[in-house]
Amino acid sequence: MATDKREQPVAGQNSRSTSGATGPTLHGPIGLLAELTHRCPLGCPYCSNPLALDARERELDTQSWARVFAEAAALGVLQVHLSGGEPGARRDLVEITAAARSSSLYTNLITSAVGITASTLEKLVAAGLDHVQISIQDSEPDSADKIANYAGAFARKKALADRVVALKIPLTINCVVHRANIDRIPAMVELAVSLGATRVEIAHVQYYGWALRNRDSLMPTAVQVPRAVKAVEELRKRYHGKIVIDAVLPDYYARFPKPCVGGWGRRSLNVTPAGKVLPCHAAEMIPNLEFWHVQDHSLADIWANSPAFNAFRGTAWMKEPCRSCERRDIDYGGCRCQAFMLTGDAAAADPVCHLSPHHADVVALAARQADVPYSYRLNPRKADSDAPVA
Amino acid sequence: MTEASAVPLDAQPRLPHGVRLVHNEAHGGWVLLAPERVFKADPIAAEIVKRCNGQATVTAIVDDLVQAYSAPRDRVLADVSALLRQLADRRLLEL
Repeated sequence: MATDKREQPVAGQNSRSTSGATGPTLHGPIGLLAELTHRCPLGCPYCSNPLALDARERELDTQSWARVFAEAAALGVLQVHLSGGEPGARRDLVEITAAARSSSLYTNLITSAVGITASTLEKLVAAGLDHVQISIQDSEPDSADKIANYAGAFARKKALADRVVALKIPLTINCVVHRANIDRIPAMVELAVSLGATRVEIAHVQYYGWALRNRDSLMPTAVQVPRAVKAVEELRKRYHGKIVIDAVLPDYYARFPKPCVGGWGRRSLNVTPAGKVLPCHAAEMIPNLEFWHVQDHSLADIWANSPAFNAFRGTAWMKEPCRSCERRDIDYGGCRCQAFMLTGDAAAADPVCHLSPHHADVVALAARQADVPYSYRLNPRKADSDAPVA
Repeated sequence: MTEASAVPLDAQPRLPHGVRLVHNEAHGGWVLLAPERVFKADPIAAEIVKRCNGQATVTAIVDDLVQAYSAPRDRVLADVSALLRQLADRRLLEL
């Protein structure tokens, strides 16, 4: 799956906050990304799952997810995003959805649509599913199926979208954009409107994990990006009141970084298929962070006390230019993963920021394109073959 | 189709499927839950949204609020219209 971790879609800055005796104000999280599985029939070359995927045998069982949802609700979480991989690969998806809803959580299914049958969808809706997000890879079927590395995926997405709308469930279409499809943003938005979606997300690829492997094949050109930004502005005017268009400027073209996941350990958390709790889904790339598991600790304990959540919470960890920056409580220094990836230091300013001494590297990377075949995302291997490779 | 378009007084606004107004202890008040969004609803907004049941017309909602809060009708109508239009434009309300 592809998850946009730059912006946690939360409007309103109000949440419970309890001032601790020491350290930064601790907010309760609002959103929980539940990665139910890493298994997925698609092979998108920008998948946001880690390169080391959790095997099926290690996935949390139904009861464990139910407990996680109950603990999340008690902690203040309002929305759960049932994601993956492809959540439809879980045979207990209906039970998991019912458990989330019975904890009063707003339930959002994030799916590739491949693997969710019409009958499963009806059961999910009966279980209380609130919203469905379907990814599309392009507005052109052949190109879409090539990007997903799955023949016939596009047609199945359209079919499921029709079923969602027929059941009067609000539909979001998610479009991850990159060099091969960025020129068709208007056609993708038109497709979303014609499918009956009430919301469309235009998410530029973020370059870590699988996307980093494919960066030169995915990177849009300096001509494409401003054209895409202008297209989105025009589409917003044309479809005002008809469809909500959520789009942000791609990182490598921005002057200031995004407030990644709404601030580290501030608004959201992520539970991996095997029960590891992360401040963001890419956080495992940062070395020497200690993550805790839901099997060993309550979610409240993890949120408040796990070393990984406290590593970059608040502003005390910051270095210059962030430490004295007037925007430090606006963007929280940007993305920790990107800072680590591009500077080698996870506590550095996100080099997307023009104030970063490494900003020139980002500008240079944005100018690098090469038309080499995609290296597609693979599926998790069996647990017994998961031994580290020497 | 402009932002300024008025809310018809005979409309019967309702929350579409996938938009829910819930009271949440941890957040100390009413929140409107919607696709990928959470809106904190202040007490006045919550009182308006609670009345959007698909039956009551905008006129009836305004009358009810005028009576409940002994507030001037013009003021209530302006508040209700502005909120309903804002919510409808964001696809959080059906008019």
